[in-house]
Amino acid sequence: MKDWDDIAQGILKGQKRAIARGLTWIEQGRNDGKQLAQKLFPHAGNAQVIGITGAPGVGKSTLVNALTLQLRSQGLRVGILAVDPSSPFSGGAILGDRIRMQDSVMDAGVYMRSFASRGHLGGLSRATFGALTVLDAAGFDKILVETVGAGQSEVEIMQLAHTTMVVLAPGMGDDIQAIKAGILEIGQVFVVNKADRDGVDHTVRSIRSMLALASEHPAWMPPILKTVAEDGRGMKELADALENHWQHLTDKGLLERFRWGQTEHLIEQAMADIGDRLVGRARSGQEWSHWVAEVGTGTREAEHVAEELWRQEWRED
Amino acid sequence: MIRVLVAKPGLDGHDRGAKVIARALRDAGMEVVYTGLHQTPEQVVDAALSEDVDVLALSILSGAHPTLVPRIMELVKENHMDDLLVLLGGIIPEDDVDPMINLGVAKVFGPGTDTNDIVAFIRGRVEVV
Repeated sequence: MKDWDDIAQGILKGQKRAIARGLTWIEQGRNDGKQLAQKLFPHAGNAQVIGITGAPGVGKSTLVNALTLQLRSQGLRVGILAVDPSSPFSGGAILGDRIRMQDSVMDAGVYMRSFASRGHLGGLSRATFGALTVLDAAGFDKILVETVGAGQSEVEIMQLAHTTMVVLAPGMGDDIQAIKAGILEIGQVFVVNKADRDGVDHTVRSIRSMLALASEHPAWMPPILKTVAEDGRGMKELADALENHWQHLTDKGLLERFRWGQTEHLIEQAMADIGDRLVGRARSGQEWSHWVAEVGTGTREAEHVAEELWRQEWRED
Repeated sequence: MIRVLVAKPGLDGHDRGAKVIARALRDAGMEVVYTGLHQTPEQVVDAALSEDVDVLALSILSGAHPTLVPRIMELVKENHMDDLLVLLGGIIPEDDVDPMINLGVAKVFGPGTDTNDIVAFIRGRVEVV
């Protein structure tokens, strides 16, 4: 499997190895990865992308495992992307989401891939959008995207997922944290996991009263479900709720609008990537320390220097 | 970015060593997928394939390497994963090292190996894109 055309054919047939290699190319930001994504883009657009977010420890990975088993029992093919944080010190990462997904991932109808966030904020990795195109084109019916789970600044998932599922657990003081993070506004489905523990009803009540305050989406009232992912309780109801939201989007003709927003996000991200590259080149340029000194002594303003550097880089491009 | 799968095939329940290696590789700037204890050879190779790792680092303390490693290498070949670097660590008797190498394992690291040596070995063998 050397060239992107081979890989594209393999992906369209749903072959695991081709999918895996295609995702690597996209993650590495290689040019053939971009060609690949472009080639596959027309074949995508059929899968429901489901984002799973929530604070660490609420059981997101276990929930993904249990939900995958449920979706498989309904004959659906499931793609999974799980994002873990990269170390800000070494740039390395330990990706441990597979540990809790062992029951579901061996199935031929399931493909699971771990990504490191590689410094990208927002709870996802930069490659997520391209990766979604690959899994969609590979014919998966449902694609589950598990975010970093920092519990804050996870809002990006909303732009990539058709349905965002916010997971909480009782007794973690999550309700207040969740409001602070603005995470309640992004959920179309709420899950109170570990529902065999004390305090479930309290957590459900606080989500309900919070949702009552934010009546911006009267067309869709987010359901609140109780689950015990550990033993699979509540998975049928969860799968139904996710399907209902998908039906809602389809029936109301909302998918077009969603795709527009997704494409806007894609362009914004491409612009941010260019910005990052310019920063990298400026930093490694000979005049960098000169500029730092000027700003440090108050001779110039940072914004002025930034504009100057931007103009220089632009001319060289 | 080098991606590594640290895997514990077989039945032994000790993953302290595997976790030490995982952390050392992360601290060396690598991305390490860890899958937990009690993996079958099929699970290990499926994970390596799906995650498209450059390196498969096996940790076996149970003495079951003479059965586990041949099966894993067979699956690696079946799936045409020709560019995968396979390393073996744990308790591997001196006499077993050569047979493991003959199966396609690139290097065997015994107890007390300096993690820097493992990092250096991987860096020397994996082309970074």
